Amino acid sequence: MTDEKADRGDDATATDADQGDLIEALLDGKHRALARTITKIENRAPGYRDLVSRLHAHTGHADVIGITGSPGAGKSTLVDKLAKAYRDAGLTVGVIAIDPASPFTGGSVLGDRIRMASNVGDMDVFFRSMSARGTLGGLSTATTDAVKALDAFGKDKIIIETVGAGQNEVDIVRTADTVAVLVPPGSGDDVQMLKAGILEIADLLVVNKADLDGADRTVHELREMLQLRDGDASGAGHHGFGGHERHAGGDGETDADPGDAGGESDGETVDDSQSDSETWTPRIVETVADRGEGVEELVDALAAHRAYLERSGRIEERARVRYAEEIRTLLREDARELLAAEIEAQGGLEAHVDAVLARETDPYAVAEEIVGPLRDCVGR
Amino acid sequence: MSAEQGQRQIRCLVAKVGLDGHDRGAHVIARALRDAGFEVIYSGLHRSPDEVVQAAVQEDVDVIGISILSGAHNTLVPKILDGLDEYDALADTLVLVGGIIPDDDKAFLRERGVAEIFGPGASMDEMITYIRDNAPERR
Repeated sequence: MTDEKADRGDDATATDADQGDLIEALLDGKHRALARTITKIENRAPGYRDLVSRLHAHTGHADVIGITGSPGAGKSTLVDKLAKAYRDAGLTVGVIAIDPASPFTGGSVLGDRIRMASNVGDMDVFFRSMSARGTLGGLSTATTDAVKALDAFGKDKIIIETVGAGQNEVDIVRTADTVAVLVPPGSGDDVQMLKAGILEIADLLVVNKADLDGADRTVHELREMLQLRDGDASGAGHHGFGGHERHAGGDGETDADPGDAGGESDGETVDDSQSDSETWTPRIVETVADRGEGVEELVDALAAHRAYLERSGRIEERARVRYAEEIRTLLREDARELLAAEIEAQGGLEAHVDAVLARETDPYAVAEEIVGPLRDCVGR
Repeated sequence: MSAEQGQRQIRCLVAKVGLDGHDRGAHVIARALRDAGFEVIYSGLHRSPDEVVQAAVQEDVDVIGISILSGAHNTLVPKILDGLDEYDALADTLVLVGGIIPDDDKAFLRERGVAEIFGPGASMDEMITYIRDNAPERR
């Protein structure tokens, strides 16, 4: 963040009329308005919340696809080919590509656009690079909101592309309806690493660069892993996002496990009558993105997952989880802001820090001192 | 700092247009702008004016830096400017040109809407300061 530019925020006393115009232009299909809306979302410009609020009513039509994988796995190239395939089918596409930002200067080079060679000059592929700037949780909020803008604009397919490097990125990609994880061949060790994290959120596993040595082996390993998971009655792999539902599927060897109720999945609403009906096992697709091989299969697999979501009613389930998470994130942000303001009003944190340093008090006591009165206010 | 206060960050597009295969300078500039805390979108080589316009509009950049060494600036740059205008993006985008531009052409390009031209020997600091001072106000 460059503070010398902070004063620029002042000019943005966005009036209601301006916001209305912007939304109207966006809904009218003006690319410039869409771009500007996303900028406001990214910058958290004054009034951006109102803007997103107003967009919400127009959303809910797009199919959101998340694509993740390690750097160099071929995400951007594959996204390019995927966008082309959808365009050929007469669909409009929005892409949000997230690249890391420097933790020191906040600057970044966003290079995913270079790979979008198949769609140059086609304005109906709206490609937007975003940098992973900002504070904790800010990126996933910005991404979700940007997806809303693209959705309201009328994009049929929205692709979120991000390096699957950290929890932040995992959270982002999980907001998609369908998640494809790219696994480069010969990455035995990577696969091991993925086991515990990203693989669990995958609806599709894409072995890209499938013409390279070791691709067969990677496919084999992934298949083995999926089988291992299916045979594993404790179902460690499907906590959370309503991802890989195997509640007493066809094999009947797993009773709907009670463990699911706990953990981090408190927002999950599982309707048993539905979850018994059908399950989804992640598909493995082999592609050679730069030659466009396997893209058709990928499109089919994505469509199959989408169809499954709709058939089984999981699409709504996922939306519920997503919105619950969105509300929680906003509340966290708001609560943090309230507290920051309160601390500021009390003369800042420094005095408290001094007291903690001098062993007169401790961080827990300080937190209690600040939160206590607020808690009293809401009557808990 | 409150989240509502906003976190404006200058976004730049570093663009190479036309049949000019030298992008080492563009790389150096992209990197320097990154280190100055800007968000830099690099277009890659051999872009057409349409592609540059598409990128600039979709990415909603504050600044476009067009690197051009082929001598075709009088043809290519106006095409970009016209394209931006078509999407109502010309007024609040700072358009810079980098390269070897004869003085006569400089006047022509300025007249068409290029804000500044940086030739060989221009320092990176100069460019960064210029961008900081002149990046357009946005509503």
